Amino acid sequence: MTAMPVPRPAPAPAKVRLAGLDMTFETEGKRVEVLRDIALEVREGEFVCLLGPSGCGKSTLLNIVGGFLQPTGGTVAIDGEEVRGPDPRRIFVFQERGVFPWLTAEGNIGFGLGRLPAAERRERIRHYVELVGLQGFEGAYPHELSGGMKQRVEVARALAVDPDVLFLDEPFGALDSITRLTLRRELLRIWEAERKTILFVTHDIEESVQLADRVVVMSQRPATIRRVFEVGIPHPRDLSSRRYLEVRDGIFEAIGLAHKV
Amino acid sequence: MRSRSALLLPLATAAALIALWDLAVRSSGGTVFPSPYAVVAALVELARHGALAPAVGRSLLRVGSGYALALLVGIPLGMLMGWSVAAARALNPVVQVLRPISPIAWIPVAIVLFKVGDGAAVFLIFLAALFPIAVATMNGVRSLPPIVLLAGRNFGLSPAGVLARVVFPAALPQVLVGLRIALGVAWLVVVAAEMSGIESGLGYLIIDARNAGKRYDLVVAAMAVIGVIGLSLDLLARRVERLPAVRWGFRKD
Repeated sequence: MTAMPVPRPAPAPAKVRLAGLDMTFETEGKRVEVLRDIALEVREGEFVCLLGPSGCGKSTLLNIVGGFLQPTGGTVAIDGEEVRGPDPRRIFVFQERGVFPWLTAEGNIGFGLGRLPAAERRERIRHYVELVGLQGFEGAYPHELSGGMKQRVEVARALAVDPDVLFLDEPFGALDSITRLTLRRELLRIWEAERKTILFVTHDIEESVQLADRVVVMSQRPATIRRVFEVGIPHPRDLSSRRYLEVRDGIFEAIGLAHKV
Repeated sequence: MRSRSALLLPLATAAALIALWDLAVRSSGGTVFPSPYAVVAALVELARHGALAPAVGRSLLRVGSGYALALLVGIPLGMLMGWSVAAARALNPVVQVLRPISPIAWIPVAIVLFKVGDGAAVFLIFLAALFPIAVATMNGVRSLPPIVLLAGRNFGLSPAGVLARVVFPAALPQVLVGLRIALGVAWLVVVAAEMSGIESGLGYLIIDARNAGKRYDLVVAAMAVIGVIGLSLDLLARRVERLPAVRWGFRKD
């Protein structure tokens, strides 16, 4: 504590705070430790990527933060309030499999808006259809849409309820590489417009450096936080800039991979 | 090209079978079994005497009532067994034991419970339709993708809201498969039920035609009507499967 407060812009308060998180699954007498002592703070409006190898437990971590799983130890607090279950103020976006196949694109986007008056509901749907570029496909069913379009539907459905936090669990993992790049750019555009706090799980190093303010590198199971990288490059990011390559190579090294094939 | 052969081939098969039937009746010189012409004449006779429409009406009414009851009980029962492990443990063994018992075997029980009449017939149809509906609904709820459920819960729905807005629509394609199977079974059973003492309906028409002077032309005419109505019911059910809110569950890819 300093005696004299120095006037400077107050740092954004921690939106999401994970403290001492442990997770051990017990199935048929076998104990599997998935997470060990995870501590992390995410600021309001920050874009954080959780990066780790497949099966390391990063999805489990996201499910705990989202309130779908109870941790065996430690706490998750959002806005200082302990998370006890799923909440429409924080919406999960899955790989496009989370869209409801029995509803049209419009029906999906309006799914969480049941309590709004019809006119406002229509207006919101229209706004988010436009934001994700689905004009002309409002009445289409998911099976009539491509993978990328389904993913847009899911993102729009999540944004439509105006959450403060978005959890994205490898949202672009099942898409082809061109669609993936397009959607990354769109997600950044949307994030800049709506300034949600985003927790984004991925196993793709390049993806994490392209998107995040900070990249949290996780270890193999039981997952611990190995290192946190501050990316610090303004958007749009030049993927051949020195800083970009530096961060990327730093992550490769932290994961224990030589950046050569 | 394809649509033409889709129409022509079944018609050709039907024509060949009818010709064969005609030939068999002629060459045997028998008088008991009717020729195709006799059956058509019998149909006309039934219609003229006003016997056909009421018989069809009564049979459809019985199927409709029993089926509606089975639907009202079977869908909630199936959802309960699919949703709650405890309910499945308690109820599923009973369902699995009762299910393989032919509804025909229940005829004596139905008569004891309801006397001979509509009640017994409706009860038999209810039993016949109940199990396919309940089991298909249960399986539909059980095979719900967990992600869809998580996505639904995320939007702050009450448990009843999750059931109505996520679980039920997600299971609906499988429920419809059960409904279609149940409708077919119900139509099979109504004829049997109407042969066990009830004095109306298509099943009774068959029994009555045989008993009253061995009118096999009327018997076969009634059989033909049963076949055509059964087919129509199935086509109707298939049409429901093409509705936009469930079509996703029936795609082959």
